[in-house]
Amino acid sequence: MSSRRSHFSGWLLFALFLLGALPQANALPAFARKYGLRCSACHEAWPMLNYFGQKFKDNGYQLMNDRDAPIWQNPSYWPVTFRMTPIWHRVSTGRVAVDVGAGMNNGEARIESSGFDLSGLDFHTGGTLEKNISFYLLPSSDSTGTFHFETVMTRLDNLWGSSWLNVKLGKFELDNLLSEKRILTLTGNGGIYQTYHFIPVGDGNIFGQIGDNQLGLEWLGHSVDDRTRVSAALLSSSDGNTGLITGANSYTGFFTASQAFDTGKLGVQRVGFYAMVGDAATTYRTSGGIPIAGSGIGNKSFSREGFVGQFYFGSHFDLTVVTQHGSDNVWFGQGFGNASDPNNGTPFNDLPNNTPGTVLPATARAPSWNGATFEAHYVYNPQLIFIGRYELERMSQQANTTNAGNLGNISSYTIGYRYYPIMTSRAGFAWHNEYNWMHQDGTGPLPGENVNSSELLLGFDFDF
Amino acid sequence: MPTKLLTWSWLVGVLAALLLAATSQAQITSYEEKGRLNTDSHVGKLTGHAQNAAADYRRYCVGCHGELGDGNGENAPWLDPKPRDFTLGIFKCRSTPTGTLPTDQDLYDTIGRGLDRSNMPIWNTLTKQERVDLVAWVKHFSPRFQKEKPGAPIEIPAEPEVTPERVKAGQDVFARVQCWKCHGVEGMANGPSASTLTDDLNRPILPYNFTDGSRPKCGTSDQDIYRIFMTGLDGTPMPSFSDNIKPDEAWDLVFYLRTLQPHNTFNMKERQIAKQLGLKPVNPNAPAQ
Repeated sequence: MSSRRSHFSGWLLFALFLLGALPQANALPAFARKYGLRCSACHEAWPMLNYFGQKFKDNGYQLMNDRDAPIWQNPSYWPVTFRMTPIWHRVSTGRVAVDVGAGMNNGEARIESSGFDLSGLDFHTGGTLEKNISFYLLPSSDSTGTFHFETVMTRLDNLWGSSWLNVKLGKFELDNLLSEKRILTLTGNGGIYQTYHFIPVGDGNIFGQIGDNQLGLEWLGHSVDDRTRVSAALLSSSDGNTGLITGANSYTGFFTASQAFDTGKLGVQRVGFYAMVGDAATTYRTSGGIPIAGSGIGNKSFSREGFVGQFYFGSHFDLTVVTQHGSDNVWFGQGFGNASDPNNGTPFNDLPNNTPGTVLPATARAPSWNGATFEAHYVYNPQLIFIGRYELERMSQQANTTNAGNLGNISSYTIGYRYYPIMTSRAGFAWHNEYNWMHQDGTGPLPGENVNSSELLLGFDFDF
Repeated sequence: MPTKLLTWSWLVGVLAALLLAATSQAQITSYEEKGRLNTDSHVGKLTGHAQNAAADYRRYCVGCHGELGDGNGENAPWLDPKPRDFTLGIFKCRSTPTGTLPTDQDLYDTIGRGLDRSNMPIWNTLTKQERVDLVAWVKHFSPRFQKEKPGAPIEIPAEPEVTPERVKAGQDVFARVQCWKCHGVEGMANGPSASTLTDDLNRPILPYNFTDGSRPKCGTSDQDIYRIFMTGLDGTPMPSFSDNIKPDEAWDLVFYLRTLQPHNTFNMKERQIAKQLGLKPVNPNAPAQ
């Protein structure tokens, strides 16, 4: 017992030393440095925006105080922020298919691993090029240093002096109130919103993932105080992949509208809806049997729609809810759709292609599902936030009548906290602890088996 | 054993974070000896309480205005103009006579409007209650609010019709009270005194440039402009002209000042009249009338 106590005391002292020894450093993300505002002014807890930060973003990264143009900045100001996260994590995945005889007798095993690791590196650079003209560029690497462009866009804001006329062009995050790009959690399954990425088992439609940045043109309008927001975007049905990999005339529309209400001491409450309606190719010309990128035709439709609510219960507690009803055309349900996607990790000719004469099985149905995300925050103060999230995705119609009704259903639970020992307008630093547990029905290697996965993550999240 | 270790790691992390967060929370109230945390504010039907605004002040304001409200936040060295020192109880944007305290409504309006050409943002995303609470918090920094009452808001007579005669008369007022000395004959903030101006803390300060399209700091309506030069901007070289300009003349001056601004939704008629009159900038060397 006394050994356990001394063990605990040691850990406590070490943790206090580690956190307490950190200086009140100057450092910061680019916008806070530009405007001299603390992270907490725009972020409920960075990277998640609060209402003021959302308005700043909606104004084209401007405070609208006539000091937004770069001509007002110190010439040495450089609008760049780097973000990276060294972590320790323990990952446990159940029912992974393994070779029989490799120490396992039924072809599956739970894989558990732990160790120190890195996230990728993000180079956020953005800001105004001139009053009401802004840009955002985000080259992002994975943990091996392989880069891609996560965001590349230019914005024109307040056209003709109206806050209702703002447009952006390029690759950008969709206008999701619960932003996946500003998610507070970092684990593999908890670091994304399952509701934003859900794809039924066997479905080939990768184009309806509203959590991914997309290529297109967006119009956004908002009231001066940002209480009312509407947006509409025309996107290429490519899931943000460059190079016109799909085909001609496959586009997606994404629409949002929301209204916020001042409820006195409770805070500001926001409710709204979103809808994504699009089509994408399922038929590709082939060369040597391999689909040719850009040759897609035979567009089939898909949709995602739902409600969003952000509810504040005083200054400490808030709850965000996102619902979704999704449906894909029956062809997508049979795996057609992403045959030409170079990023799908599968050899092109392994994926089905809706070439002339292809007939769907009699059991094929258009898959549809319902999902919801509930994310709660307890903000003890701007430097300490507790996060809890529950996500559920439930199939309402399977792609095949032979599938079990619950095949692919997901339940995901994430809890964690982030502690920011420093809070200035110069840099961001967080001590991050998180645990995610996810359950998926029927996706084990053997029929009818469910898969449970979990991850514990501890790390430093910093940007400067 | 590894499981126990993980559990302990988790608990230790949470506990350490809570302890340190509690410590840092305490920093903001370290000066409570002044005992003014019970300060209230009243705007319309809303009543604000200073202690309710502590969290919002810490989240949004402390980086510039500082924990003690003295304008010495960590960002102050890099800001121009400097953040307001609330402890002095001196405020630019008031509806009250020069030298007096502002009303709660004045402070509330400033928070929601922001201050153009400064780093003070427009905080209209905060709820009305949050803003009223922040007014009380701002007041609690200065002992003046304990000892004095706000001044009585000045009376602004009904706005008359804009006429060519009034615009011309406004130009005469502009010349007579020598607005041009700071603001320049064309309102371009380049008058002969412009480069010498300092605020009450002896820091350089620029006059307002009517021609660059920026918003006046204390509001954009005709009434706001009337109020600015009749109450003055305390803490700056902009005095109150209430002793020099009669209310009727003040409206004339508002109309003339509108002609100096670039085209906007407020000054179409005034600019049209100025064009018809062929209005030229005032002549500083002309004999006084």
